[in-house]
Amino acid sequence: MSGLGAYALAGMLLIPLVFAALLALSPGYRLSARLNVLASGGAFLCALALIQQRPAPSDYLFVDDLNVVFLVLNTFIGFTTSIFSASYIRHELETGRLTPIYLRFYHAMYQLMLFGMSLALSAQNVGLMWVAVELATLTTVVMVGIYRTHEAIEAAWKYFILGSVGIALALFGTILVYLAAQPVIGEGLNAMSWLQLVAHANRFDPALLNLAFVFLLLGYGTKVGLAPLHAWLPDAHAEGPTPISAVLSGLLLNVALYAILRFKVVMAANDRALTPGPLLITMGLVSVLFAAFMLYRRRDIKRMFAYSSIEHMGIIAFAFGMGGPLANFAGLLHMTMHSLTKSAIFFAVGHVAQAKGTQKLSEMGGLTVTHPALGWGLVLGVVAILGVPPMGVFMSEFLVVSSTFARQPLLAIPLVLGLLIAFGALILRMQQVVFGEPKGVSHPVQASYLPMIVHLALVLIAGVYLPPAVVAWFQNVAKALG
Amino acid sequence: MSSLDFDVAHLLSGLMVLVCFLMLYQDRLYSLLNTFALHAVVLALAVAWQAYIQAAPHLYVTAAIALLFKGGFIPIALHRLIRRMEIHREVEIVGGVGVTMLFGLALVALSISVMLPVTSSAGTLAREDLAFALSVVLLGLLMMITRRNAVSQVVGFMTLENGLVLAATGAKGMPLVVEISVAFSILIAFIVIGIFLFRIRERFDTVDVSALDTFRGDRQ
Repeated sequence: MSGLGAYALAGMLLIPLVFAALLALSPGYRLSARLNVLASGGAFLCALALIQQRPAPSDYLFVDDLNVVFLVLNTFIGFTTSIFSASYIRHELETGRLTPIYLRFYHAMYQLMLFGMSLALSAQNVGLMWVAVELATLTTVVMVGIYRTHEAIEAAWKYFILGSVGIALALFGTILVYLAAQPVIGEGLNAMSWLQLVAHANRFDPALLNLAFVFLLLGYGTKVGLAPLHAWLPDAHAEGPTPISAVLSGLLLNVALYAILRFKVVMAANDRALTPGPLLITMGLVSVLFAAFMLYRRRDIKRMFAYSSIEHMGIIAFAFGMGGPLANFAGLLHMTMHSLTKSAIFFAVGHVAQAKGTQKLSEMGGLTVTHPALGWGLVLGVVAILGVPPMGVFMSEFLVVSSTFARQPLLAIPLVLGLLIAFGALILRMQQVVFGEPKGVSHPVQASYLPMIVHLALVLIAGVYLPPAVVAWFQNVAKALG
Repeated sequence: MSSLDFDVAHLLSGLMVLVCFLMLYQDRLYSLLNTFALHAVVLALAVAWQAYIQAAPHLYVTAAIALLFKGGFIPIALHRLIRRMEIHREVEIVGGVGVTMLFGLALVALSISVMLPVTSSAGTLAREDLAFALSVVLLGLLMMITRRNAVSQVVGFMTLENGLVLAATGAKGMPLVVEISVAFSILIAFIVIGIFLFRIRERFDTVDVSALDTFRGDRQ
């Protein structure tokens, strides 16, 4: 039954697009917030249907084992974030940080971003994927700068310039891939299709492919936020609205990583091309260590968790760089767990910042006393992201480390070191924020706890008991990644 | 394919590299913009020539976009912007003109020595076009690094992008080239509108990006 799958795929892409237009026109935040949730929920249901019903691949779009993982995860977090966004935005309107006209814009951009990401993930064509990643980037740039404060505009500008250079380099890599494929596959669309690229990769010119991969890694690596290409990431996370920080960490970084993984599969299909593993391992380790040390000097709560995202993207890149079924499995699992946990943390942090009226760590304290639900939610989130058992992140980190020990024990040392340093930093800061005497102002907030609870519950369940169906599914994907 | 085809294609892409060097030492914003307009016109010619020798009519659209949008609309908009913002003052060039030019030469040498051996399997036309295109990309990056002013950084980015369009059109039969050049135009329009809006809102005291360096968001 591929007919249903085709409808689901079309639905997943068209719903955000149609609703983006609707939301741009709809007045009143109550209605648009609901429409936003509705559209994101619809896209999520369509993505769920894709697990069972795969449409036949067309020239432009396809769904396979690999991208369906990303699609489901992305649309799910897009959905929960839209619920969080509704309550977050209400507070921003009340305090006057956002005006209704910007809000229309915000909702339209939110849906457009979800469309861009879904399109990038389901694209069958390398060029189409590039255009979609660019679209998703542009919409997030606009949203990062939406507060129009000096800092927000500067952050958006920095993100814009660095992101543009990144996608420009990625395009050059894409052109080189086409040039490598063209003599073998022939001119036209086929030479840019993933399926054809992988099928014929062995006959491509390895030198051209190597050069292409370097450009692609630098280009999309900028978007993943791997050190030393991460400079835009902390600013963009700290200055935009918190729902955007949540989707940046939870979704956009993954989309860029997906692009790198796809090209890695193409590289792996060619025996004479360089193995991309060591490059990914190096960038991953540098990111982990760099971010771990940077965590100590943070004074802004969102910026701190942005550095934590760099650290975790580093771990994921490291795992995929190691390769092999076990490490790939661990990488996929860690990516899923990180997305769920980090967005849950940002859900809590968003309301915390609203309750305290600031993002400065030094002006926060005793959250568990003044806002018990938020405070303990944040504690749980941080405990989860630190990789404390029995949370899911523990299991995935454990798998990454143990598979590294089994194959390259020396590489495990810097990795574990980075993990421990980050552990110390986050514990230190968290203690100060959530426990002890209440500090600073505290306003009451009407928070929606549901998205946060659902995410953390999923992470906990995954840590205790991972359903065999999910394990089999991830194992399949891990094998395909080589 | 006759040798004239090659010669004209190489002449035009070589001209693009040359105009890049012209841009590297322009120290006034107006003349920088004029030189950029020239760059876009040469790009339009190069793309149109590719469209002609590859018999690919859709590339004429890309050429038209390059000519009208990047050779006309954007420079005019930026001219007005500069006048409005009253920044016709000198563009600071970090490290001086001589050093920048030497760096530029080194980058061209690098891109030729990287591209030529690697692309031996690709057609001769694509091969040398690609070496020129990579030079333009790298020179654009160099310009972004050596300039401190937001407007001239945008010009650097557009130069880089011209190089990409050159590479994409040189790759014979590459699909989606028109779509990609449209996507890029949207991106650039966004950047220009962005600068414009920030200025109108008067939140941005300067478009000198060195001011951004003071911002780490962690100030107490």
